[in-house]
This record gives sequence, C-alpha cells and structure tokens, in this order.
Amino acid sequence: MSEDAPILSLEGLSVRLPAGADRSHALSNVSLSVAANEILCVVGESGSGKSVMANAIMRLLPPEVRISGGRMVFEGRDLAQATAAAMRAVRGEHISMIFQEPMTALNPLRTIGDQIAEMFSVHTDLSKADIRAKVLSLLADVRIAEPAAAAKAYPHELSGGQRQRAMIAMALALHPKLLIADEPTTALDVTTQAQILKLIRDLQQRRNTAVLFITHDFGVVAEIADRVVVMQRGMIVEQGSASSVLNNPQHAYTRQLIAAVPPLKAPPPRKLAAEDILTMSGLSKTYRTGGFLGRGARVTAAVKDVSLNLPRGATLGIVGESGSGKSTLARCIVRLIDPDNGAIMLDGKDWAALSRKDVRRETRHIQMVFQDPFASLNPRRRAAELVAQGPIVHGTPRTEAIAEARNLFTLVGLDPSAGDRFPHEFSGGQRQRIGLARALALKPDVLVADEPVSALDVSVQAQVLRLLSELRERFGLSIIFITHDLRVAAQICDLVAVMRDGAIVEHGRTSDVFGNPQHPYTQALLASIPGGDFTRRRDAANA
Amino acid sequence: MDAARRYFRSPAAVAGLILLLVVIAMAISATWLYPRDPLSLAGRPLLWPFSNPRFPLGTDNSGRDIAAQIFYGARISLLIGGVATAIAIAIGILVGAFAGYYGGRVDNVLMRITEAFQTLPNFILLLVLVAVFGSTLTTVTIAVGVVAWPAPARLTRAEFLSLRNREFVQAGRTLGMSDIQLILGEILPNALPPVVVYASVVMAVAILLESALAFLHLSDPNVASWGNLIGLGRDVLRVQWYVSAIPGVAILVTVLAVSLVGQGLNDALNPRLKGR
Repeated sequence: MSEDAPILSLEGLSVRLPAGADRSHALSNVSLSVAANEILCVVGESGSGKSVMANAIMRLLPPEVRISGGRMVFEGRDLAQATAAAMRAVRGEHISMIFQEPMTALNPLRTIGDQIAEMFSVHTDLSKADIRAKVLSLLADVRIAEPAAAAKAYPHELSGGQRQRAMIAMALALHPKLLIADEPTTALDVTTQAQILKLIRDLQQRRNTAVLFITHDFGVVAEIADRVVVMQRGMIVEQGSASSVLNNPQHAYTRQLIAAVPPLKAPPPRKLAAEDILTMSGLSKTYRTGGFLGRGARVTAAVKDVSLNLPRGATLGIVGESGSGKSTLARCIVRLIDPDNGAIMLDGKDWAALSRKDVRRETRHIQMVFQDPFASLNPRRRAAELVAQGPIVHGTPRTEAIAEARNLFTLVGLDPSAGDRFPHEFSGGQRQRIGLARALALKPDVLVADEPVSALDVSVQAQVLRLLSELRERFGLSIIFITHDLRVAAQICDLVAVMRDGAIVEHGRTSDVFGNPQHPYTQALLASIPGGDFTRRRDAANA
Repeated sequence: MDAARRYFRSPAAVAGLILLLVVIAMAISATWLYPRDPLSLAGRPLLWPFSNPRFPLGTDNSGRDIAAQIFYGARISLLIGGVATAIAIAIGILVGAFAGYYGGRVDNVLMRITEAFQTLPNFILLLVLVAVFGSTLTTVTIAVGVVAWPAPARLTRAEFLSLRNREFVQAGRTLGMSDIQLILGEILPNALPPVVVYASVVMAVAILLESALAFLHLSDPNVASWGNLIGLGRDVLRVQWYVSAIPGVAILVTVLAVSLVGQGLNDALNPRLKGR
C-alpha cells in the first residue's frame, strides 16, 4: 500500500493560536501523508491538536486561529493557499468529514433523506428522481435497515448508530478521495462502535477511499488503522505502520498511552467480606411521561426488578450501554430519584422508604461522584468551599470544614493551596479529584460513582482509578461503580452486574463474568471491545 | 476580572457608562448647584435658553428655572428607575425561582398569574394603580415596579429550568442540602447574569413609564421630574417647544445610557459571545 501516491500530504504544517492560549501553536511543523486505500489513525489525548488538524485541512478553523506555515498538498494543489470558492468545491465532493456527535452535525428540522440529497443538489445536476434513487442506494450501502423509512425520518427518530450511518452516507455520497473522521465512534455504545468501525473499514476497501481517522483510543487504533500517527501537544512524536507502533512503540509518550489502555483481564480476586453493607431487592422505576432528565416521553421501565448486594468494602460494577438504566439505578440508590418499588437496605434501614427530610440527614452515609467533571462543580464556588459544603450542611463550623477540605485535597493528590481557585482553573482530571474529595468529606460508607472516568483521557483515567482503589483500601469504602467501559470495570470491580433494558442479565465475580460470560449479551459486549484481540494478546504476553 | 475587561473593550458600553455617570453626577450635585427649591418661581416665564445668563436653559411657563428642574429631575428619574427595578427584579426572581425549581403545579399556578399580568397592557395597569392609590412618589414607584415584574420572572424561570437538573445541583442534593440552600446557594448565582442584564431594560422602561404618567399630569406634581416638565410644556408646545424638548433629551440620554450599559453587561457576562 505504501507505494501508492499520497492523496494528501501535510508538509511542515503549523497552526497559530491566538495570544493568551496555553501554547503558541496548535500544530507545529506537522508532516504526514495519506495514500489512497489506507486508514491513517491520528491518536492523541485532548488538547494534542488532532481535531485542529482536521479542521485545518478543511479550512474550517475559527477566524482567530490561523495557518502560519507549511503546505497541505491535496492532489497536487496546496489547500493552504486555496481561495474560499475553491475550498467550497473541494469540501464534500473531494474531501468530506464525519463528526463525533451526529445529532449536532445533522439539521434537526430536515429529514435524513433531504440532507443527503442536498449533497447531490449542491454539487451535481442530477434530476430529483435520480437523486432519490442515489440516496436510497447510499442508505442501503451503509446498512441502515429499511432505507426508505430512514430517508423519511428526522434525526431524532433514529438511534445514535443509525445517525452516524446516515452521516457516513452523506460523507461518501460524492465518492470523495479523502474521508476525515473526527472521533466518529466516541459517542456511541461499544456494540454500535464495533459495527460502525467495521462499516468504515468495508466501505473504505470497497471504494478505495483514503481515511484520516482521528481518535484518542488505542483500542480503536488496533481495530482499524493501517498506519498510525501519534500526536502530543501539537507535534508528531511517532508515526509508522499500525503493527510496529502498537507492538514496538519507540517514543515514551506512545508507550505511556498504550500502557494506559487497561488490560481486559480482571486482577486476582480480593477476598470479600461475608457481610453486606447494601442490599437492593426488587428495585423498580418506571417513567410515564416526560422523564427525569427530559428523555423519553412514553412509558419506559428504566429499572426493572433489580436485586443486588454489595459486600462491605467491595466494589460492585454495573455495566451496560446507554439507555440500559444504569444511571437511573445509581440515582435511585442515592435517592436523587425515588424508586417505585423495592427496598434498599443500608445498615439495617430501608433507605428507599425514608422521607425526604430523613434522606437529607442520612445522606452522609452514601455519597455520589458524577460523570461530567465540568458540570458537576458549581462554577461560582471556590474548590475548598465545594469540598467543605457537605460538612457545613451537616453542621460542621465553616472554618473547621474548610481546614478539613484542605486536608482532603492532599489526600486526593491536589495541592492544598489550590483550594482558593475556581473550578474552571482546573483540568478535567483535577476536577474529578475535587468531586471525589467532596464525596469523601462526609466520610460515607458507600460511594456511588456514575461513570467517574468516562470524560477523562486514558492516562488521566488510569490515575483516577488508581486513586479510587487507594482510597477504597484506606477508608474501607464500599463502591458502586457505574460504567459503560468494560475495561475500566475489569480493572477496579470485585463484582460486576451487566444491565440491559433496565434489568440485570448477569452478575457475579468480575473474573467469572468476563472470563466465562454466560449470557449472550455479555458475550456480545465483550466481543465488541475495540482492540480486544490486541489487548488479549498483550495481556497473554505480559502474563 | 475577565468580565470587567471584556466590558471596557466595547466603546459603546464605555460611552453608556460615562453618560450614566454624568446623569448620576447631575443628581448628586443638584442641591449644591441649585440650593433653591427648583419649583419656586425664579424669573420671567418662558425665557428662551441662552437669552439670560442666569437661566442657561431658560424658564418654563410659570417662570421656574428649567436647568434646576433638569438636575433635580435626574434624582427622581434615577430613584424611580432604581427602586422600581429593584422591586420588579425581586418579585420576578422570587416567582421565577419557585416556578422553575419546583415545576409541576407550583409552576402552573405561578405562570398563570404571571401571564394574567402580562396580558394587561402595562400602562393601563399602571393608570389603574395610580388612580386607585393616588399619585405620590412612593405609590408611583411601587406601581411601576409591580407592573414590570412578569418579564424578569419568566427569564429567571427559564434559567432555573435549565439549571435545576445540572449535575452540580444534584451533587448539592446528595450532600443533603435543603431546597432553599439549593435555590439560593447553588442555582441563583448561576441564573443571575441574564437577569442583571435584563434589569437595565426594566430600568429604562421604568423611567419612560414615569415620564408618560407625568405627561398625563398623573405623576406626583410636588416633585421636579422630567415627565412633569414635559407635561407642563405641552401647553406651549407650538411656540416654546424647548420646555418639552429639553427634558425629552434628558430622558433620551438616560435611557440610552442605561441601555448601552445593559448591552455592555450582556456582552461581558454572556459566555457564548466570548472571543467574538
């Protein structure tokens, strides 16, 4: 493949950031090339400049961010010098792009078929009937079930995976030479992700398209890449064929990123206490209209008859895809949502039956860590104050609570003097540590963590997980850990429960469930993990 | 502060602030520059501006100094604007916060009341209130405030609706905070910026409403207000038009200043406009 002439080559591309940004250049001196019929993966953590690169190629940078040097040669033409009119002809027809979140990339007021048809009406002179036929064949090509129905559907009527398929159909409509995919599977569930990756792979081979695939996940790289470019802080630190980069990484940063991909195998099981600290029995929650977070307007059983128990000091993982009800379950456990039926026994008391007032008093025994480190901290309070809030509410004098909060900062690996700063001055990982400190400030017995590491980069993820298991040892915490990422669950959970459509389909020791899955759904989940073969081989080699 | 820096980057906002400061300076310096009662007779009636150095802006139909009335009128306009806005915003935040936070039936009841107020034309309602309770400065101010609260209430409600299910509010709930603590401590500070910005609109409207009342001779006749002066000038509008025009310009400048400041605040506090 490497002898093919490159479709696109970047030669010493630099992109300047406006004054006041955290560095002077988003990209400095980036050189790479993509040949026809290959998938080039650009890997890096958030802030590495990989998305800026995609936007630079499409010349879609925000006005204050400028290309300051280098060439972008596409089929013999330098796109860095092309006029706006010339770029319009290139975009969509010769280079097209798919995005991370198909819901925001699609126009909610027009049907899918209309939006794909627009590609043809803008760039070609085909008749209406021809366009319609083309749209349907494209939708069939991306393997949407019932293309005719999908063409008439509005974006919100399709699932996330179907929307991404529609986006891909739109991107491939005019047989572009180059497809830029910016984290196209990050927002999708693991089983859907596997299907989309396979689809991109198939279409790319069938049509000989060059693909520039941007991702942060080395698992995805292992799944799809022919060649790999690793980026850090706007510079390319390593590039080479997928197998050489994955199996024989040269640069320290690449090694660190690959090492941060968690192993799929559960660590040796810990001894669990015989006594349960929390027991759920027959827990149910049904939504009729509206819904707690405005989702779903019909009758949906979000949690169906869930019975689980959490031994003292253990970590129970609840894994499932989006919509499986795992977040609702977590919110029922901390009584952010009142369950319809069932009991939650905590220390001999039925937590599900307590009144609102009693819940407020007893809440110090059970605390929650939230998913989004940006949304879960009040932007107008200082960090120390955020951590001290809980104890203050429960009657600790303010100065004492603030002093205690500073101690907690040290405990979660933050500088105690950082307590005077506001949340926006911290990075995502640091914010999640603040969230953890806030939950620990009340000295809870049970910690409910709802996707606490999903919004973080892999290397940060590993640090936070390590911190969590340290704290677990230190305080004898019992943890309920909600996640969609089976690899994360394998790392930290003693027990795991697999949830689907509100019900638990399988639960048990992590090593049993992941090593010898019984339910077909668990088997499908495990098979869909991107880069599963690669990790398994690596794990076997390390064992 | 970031917001302050963004504010001072806009020339229009700075100009508005300067104009507003001039009006405030006029209000403060009134007693010092014009120690006599502005409503006492000072000279010959209907002197044109610049014709007599003692009365730079001339005199009105009963021989009162227009310049003195303009300076004292700034006090009344700012007082009515400020207090009425405070009343409107306070009621608005209270109603909006409860409606938005609790939702459901509370929201329904409060919003129907708000709509009942909104469907009545502001000025007609104001006329009724003044007709019933009399036209002293206090009643006029309160009446203007009571007329202007529905819009801030709806705005606050919308902010609360979008904020009440944010994770940081849920986090507060899991820490055991009561509803009042959540409303005042967690949600309100985040809901406030757009309401503060809207306050400038309410203030401009309040000043105009008072002037309109005064024009109809329905405001407090015992204070020197711009509206009263315009109302007085109505009788001599065709020949001595300056009696109405001068306070008119004063109102225009003040309302413009307040609006520019509000616009500047909006640009400075609204994060979505950052970097534009």
